[in-house]
Amino acid sequence: MGRTLFDKVWDSHVIRHLDGGRDVLYIDRHYIHEVTSPVAFLGLKNRGLKVARPDKTVATADHNVPTVNQHLPVEDPQSKGQLDAFSANCEANGIEHFSLGHPKQGVVHIVGPELGYTLPGMTIVCGDSHTATHGAFGSVAFGVGTTEVEMVFATQCILQPKPKKMRITVNGKLGPGVTAKDVILYVISQITAAGGTEHFIEFAGEAITAMTMEERMTVCNMAIESGARGGLIAPDRTTFEYVRGRENAPEGEAFDRAVEKWKELYTDADAVFDKEYTFDAADIEPMITYGTNPGMGVPVTGTIPAPDGLEGNDLVSYRKSLEYMGFAPGEAMPGKKVDYVFVGSCTNGRIEDFRQFAAAVKGRRKADNITAWLVPGSKLVEKQIYEEGLDKVLNESGFELRQPGCSACLAMNADKVPAGKYAVSTSNRNFEGRQGPGARTLLAGPLVAAAAAVTGVVSDPRVVFNL
Amino acid sequence: MPITKFEKLASPAIPLNIENIDTDQIIPARFLKAVERKGFGDNLFRDWRYDKEGNPVDGFPLNDGRYGGQILIAGDNFGCGSSREHAAWAIYDYGIRVVVSTSFADIFRNNALNCGLLPIKVSGGFLKGAFTAIAAEPAAQFEIDLREQTITNKHTGETEQFDIDGYKKECLLNGYDDVDYLRSIMPEIEAYEARKEL
Repeated sequence: MGRTLFDKVWDSHVIRHLDGGRDVLYIDRHYIHEVTSPVAFLGLKNRGLKVARPDKTVATADHNVPTVNQHLPVEDPQSKGQLDAFSANCEANGIEHFSLGHPKQGVVHIVGPELGYTLPGMTIVCGDSHTATHGAFGSVAFGVGTTEVEMVFATQCILQPKPKKMRITVNGKLGPGVTAKDVILYVISQITAAGGTEHFIEFAGEAITAMTMEERMTVCNMAIESGARGGLIAPDRTTFEYVRGRENAPEGEAFDRAVEKWKELYTDADAVFDKEYTFDAADIEPMITYGTNPGMGVPVTGTIPAPDGLEGNDLVSYRKSLEYMGFAPGEAMPGKKVDYVFVGSCTNGRIEDFRQFAAAVKGRRKADNITAWLVPGSKLVEKQIYEEGLDKVLNESGFELRQPGCSACLAMNADKVPAGKYAVSTSNRNFEGRQGPGARTLLAGPLVAAAAAVTGVVSDPRVVFNL
Repeated sequence: MPITKFEKLASPAIPLNIENIDTDQIIPARFLKAVERKGFGDNLFRDWRYDKEGNPVDGFPLNDGRYGGQILIAGDNFGCGSSREHAAWAIYDYGIRVVVSTSFADIFRNNALNCGLLPIKVSGGFLKGAFTAIAAEPAAQFEIDLREQTITNKHTGETEQFDIDGYKKECLLNGYDDVDYLRSIMPEIEAYEARKEL
């Protein structure tokens, strides 16, 4: 029987299979950041150990950094303590690290790919659930807990049961104004926020293969929001061309040899998945969420669904969610008031996202009621924004750029949306309080965010921008 | 760090009849700034448990004197979202040793097992029966036997088998630690690296 892409990558990294179902899995690349690593470093130290393979470890400060005045000392003493501990731990273990102020600092899932640390066929972990992002390269990438971070530090391995396999095929071509973010929000709205649990998802089909690498990263990034361990896409010419010439990617003949190997990373025609879904790109419209999990999404032109068919605990949870959002079933999404717009995060904080947002708002004005936080995903993305003059376009339209970090995606730093306010966010989670205590999040892509930013309300970008 | 051994538990349970409880609710990101594993239980379910002024929210089960014990019973898809192990630590630090639900997010489930917190996946019928039992008798007892892989609702007498992988079961029964295990097969890992890097 044929093997899936996931089988090929996973199986080639299994060192030992344990009775009871767990595999000892070798990890090719370990990304770390300041929030989920300190207890692991401490555990390692208590064992009298050092990081076994610092050369396979890449570190950047992102979750807890301020996004203004990064040249000044960090004000919050706890954040400062965590950032200082991070730098000290990396130095003590010989790990290359991009601390605050470093020209390569940024959100870990943006930094890894842009510097060529993420390559097809790798196993990649990080103490962060959005590690799924790197699956866009045909690698097996997933989030782990701090105990597992310590395992990788100590041995470069983890112990995990092999997940089941799911394939999601999106056939056909996406319509105008429909982005990769809309595709993944649509998929999760169809399979629900728990639909991928215990599975690893392979994304396939014409709508996926037509995507750029950055778009593929957006799709894989949110695989976790369906409950899946991760998502991945078979590498192809688009992948190889993205990787070619990146700072840490193989060069010359080594690159050509690597490509020959990477070309074997695909799902065999007769491979079998535990679960399959097929969707049609023509059914996908610009999306927005109305509730408190990423599966609660509708077309931006849509209405909030009635809880038909829900009963018992499902109905209670649905009502609780809408009550938190201040919404009621049957209400139309277009015209809903928006207070904040957040563009950034490991989901939509790359250069293409800023190009798309800037091109949309060019010649328009930010609505007066909108506070906009535009946060580049990394120092390199920020640099490129300035080099391309996107900052001027944004400034002329009334927008200002902040500095790189995870920012309002999880509101761990000072970028918190106030209680009761509505934020259209290009990030990945609309959980209660995710963007600040009491904050209400509407997840969307950069174009829906742009439409909200210039109109001040939820709007269809296809109409606002004549797409 | 080494985990505490677990074999049997008999305790009342705290009911949290909400679905899709994500790790941002279990412990909000702003409480993740510590560099040691200490005190996370104080902020368990922070924004459901306390209001803006820090006063306990009436009616939230953790603030309800009728409920207590070392078991948390929650709605479907418990622990979804962020990979923060702090969520499992917060529950453990609060004094909970077992979480019962109809399903768990994969990363949370793994994190829980790695810090000595036992996630037990039960049927929809068992979960419903558990909530009903607690509604009728808040001090209703539940019994867990890890060796036998059973959970019993003492109020109704209903017993159900649960799954756990053999390796993790041994770890919990004996207090074994994954890092120690992996360190013990280091020669095998190094041999793999040598083959791979040829």
